[in-house]
Amino acid sequence: MGCQNKITLFIQCLVDSIYPQVGHSMVRLFERLGIQVDIPLNQTCCGQPAFNAGYRKVAAVAAKRFIEIFESAEVIVCPSGSCVDMVRHQYPLLFKAGSAWQERARSVSQRTFELTQYLVDELGIEDVGAQFSGKVTYHDSCHLLRNLHVADQPRKLIANIRGAELIEMENSEKCCGFGGTFSVKYPDISTAILEEKVSNIIAAGVDTVMGCDISCLMNIQGMLNRRHSKIKTRHIAELLA
Amino acid sequence: MVEINTQFYKQYSAGSIKDSVLQNALFNAQNRLGPATALAYQNLPEGPGLRQKAHEIREFAIDNLDALLERLAAKIEDQGGHVFFAKDARQATAYCLDVARKNSVKMVVKGKSMVTEEIGLNDELEKHGIEVNETDLGEYIIQLAGEAPSHIIAPAVHKTRKEVAQLFTEKLGIPYCEDPPVLTQAARKALREKFLAADMGLSGCNIACAETGHITTVSNEGNIRMSTTMPKIHMVFMGMERITARLEDHDILFRLLSRGAAAQNMAGYVSYIGGPRTEDQLDGPDQFHLVILDNGRSRILADPEFREILYCIRCAACLNVCPAYGKIGGHAYGYPYSGPIGAVITPLLVGINRAEDLCRGEPLCGACKDACSVNINLPGMLLALRAKLAQGDPAWDVTTADRFEKLIFRIWSLIISNRALYDLVRKAGVRFQQVMPFHNGMISKLPFGLNGWTKSRDLPPLAAENFLTEWKNKQPLSRQ
Repeated sequence: MGCQNKITLFIQCLVDSIYPQVGHSMVRLFERLGIQVDIPLNQTCCGQPAFNAGYRKVAAVAAKRFIEIFESAEVIVCPSGSCVDMVRHQYPLLFKAGSAWQERARSVSQRTFELTQYLVDELGIEDVGAQFSGKVTYHDSCHLLRNLHVADQPRKLIANIRGAELIEMENSEKCCGFGGTFSVKYPDISTAILEEKVSNIIAAGVDTVMGCDISCLMNIQGMLNRRHSKIKTRHIAELLA
Repeated sequence: MVEINTQFYKQYSAGSIKDSVLQNALFNAQNRLGPATALAYQNLPEGPGLRQKAHEIREFAIDNLDALLERLAAKIEDQGGHVFFAKDARQATAYCLDVARKNSVKMVVKGKSMVTEEIGLNDELEKHGIEVNETDLGEYIIQLAGEAPSHIIAPAVHKTRKEVAQLFTEKLGIPYCEDPPVLTQAARKALREKFLAADMGLSGCNIACAETGHITTVSNEGNIRMSTTMPKIHMVFMGMERITARLEDHDILFRLLSRGAAAQNMAGYVSYIGGPRTEDQLDGPDQFHLVILDNGRSRILADPEFREILYCIRCAACLNVCPAYGKIGGHAYGYPYSGPIGAVITPLLVGINRAEDLCRGEPLCGACKDACSVNINLPGMLLALRAKLAQGDPAWDVTTADRFEKLIFRIWSLIISNRALYDLVRKAGVRFQQVMPFHNGMISKLPFGLNGWTKSRDLPPLAAENFLTEWKNKQPLSRQ
């Protein structure tokens, strides 16, 4: 793909509505790297919540809309592993094999990247010149890790943040128990899984949990806040910006 | 017939989560086996990619299942064995009872077999006055305790050493002792008498071989070898998918089965059995019966979307990495098969609506897919099951599970299709959330329907202004 001087940002709906600072961080980061960003203003949601709950027709509505909005972009970058997984791996499955829509989905999916994946694998950047003071731990999000195989990329970027000390927690690759609507419909199981994650975070003795998916971080932050913990959750874009 | 309790998934799960002894046992089992299996795959001389080769072997077998089963049956019959194709659990157990009656069987010994759990064989035999003795140590423990297996490979994983000690004192009359070797010796002594007295031996089948006409059993305790060679009759129960074409396929499949199950290079005992003893053989049973069970598998075979689940060789590696299984344990699934494999196969066997919670009650993390010894796309099939529940499918007799949720998603699709409407709804949300209770800057109690979230966590509120609007307002007018 090489170095693009212009990329298009796909802003996850949770970032847009709940964590706008992550969007601003993305913009600041790319501006500093000399990369122009374009952000389509009519984008909404990629359709993942519907897809994971089984509503494929509804997900296909979201997918078609996404494709129409983004297919003119050369490179699409998103601050969420699960949304990128949705576009990359699930969109093509939503349409009939060999159909024009499937072809369009494939074409868009190949140009869609998760933030750290894009920085490290596509741009070859491991040091963005960021600074942060504190002890941090990194949570591997499931779809990012297992479907996009992104694990080293964020760690390389974190290693180069001046002042940040990365302390690995126990079982960082274990699920946080979010799972979209699962967390609301099966709260007991979701909570039990999350409790283990939160215990591992606390045991790591850090003051910040970082991740590449705001959905997992929202889940973790929810329990930390309930327990009056001082540990903060931050999206990696916020620390890199 | 085995009881189907899949509808109690949530209730059973809640119970398991509160059981601290179970939580410890599950945590330790997963921590021990999950990483060890991953390492064992890495250490394969051919590398972890060998699992794709195994996948292809299984794919070939399932694609040619009719021909392979016919060949197996013909070979077994040539070798003096009897073969019975059972359409369902009732036919399978009836066949077993019939053979038992004809031969005046009073007592059976059993090797561990999940398929006999699926057909509820033990209960059926006991109902007809036949004494059943499980001989796998784990199965023996839970049989004494009157429980069901909670793990496909480690059926008594939920039992602690103390519980076993107590149980053996009560049931075997030995002095209370928590030392595993002593407990194992006690079981061994009790079981030895059963092996010697049994009229019939029952076993499952790990992977049959069509080429040579053998069934196989794999174990670590030698109990299956005794169960299948000492009594006068040996009866095998196999799910109709447990077959491979060639003998050479077994090398790869057994190496992966052993790694997936217990991070072993190879299990301690692997037996190939193709019929009763021949006249020149001193040992072995006089009669050999093979029961090949369908019980819903043909229907799975006929559906290209789910056919892949028949590749499973029941190594249980997926159980050892699943975060949901790790908290709720095997009994929560309400059917003999548990963990990710249970969440997929059980709905397909007992009814998708009936086992709705199994399809939806996991976070879809994908760890099972990475752990699978034959590369089955388990999360992909969970998604496919959820699609059936969402949209209904007459071919599987599935009706839409939650009409209200369906309506919500329809409305949601209208909202996300129109950015102006999306912003309006978001703004309404910003207003509405002001009346919610807050704790330390976050919403602490959501209204009914969403309150599952706030049982244990707070929720960050919607931002006063969303990112895209802020971004738009920052742009020079010419770009808007």
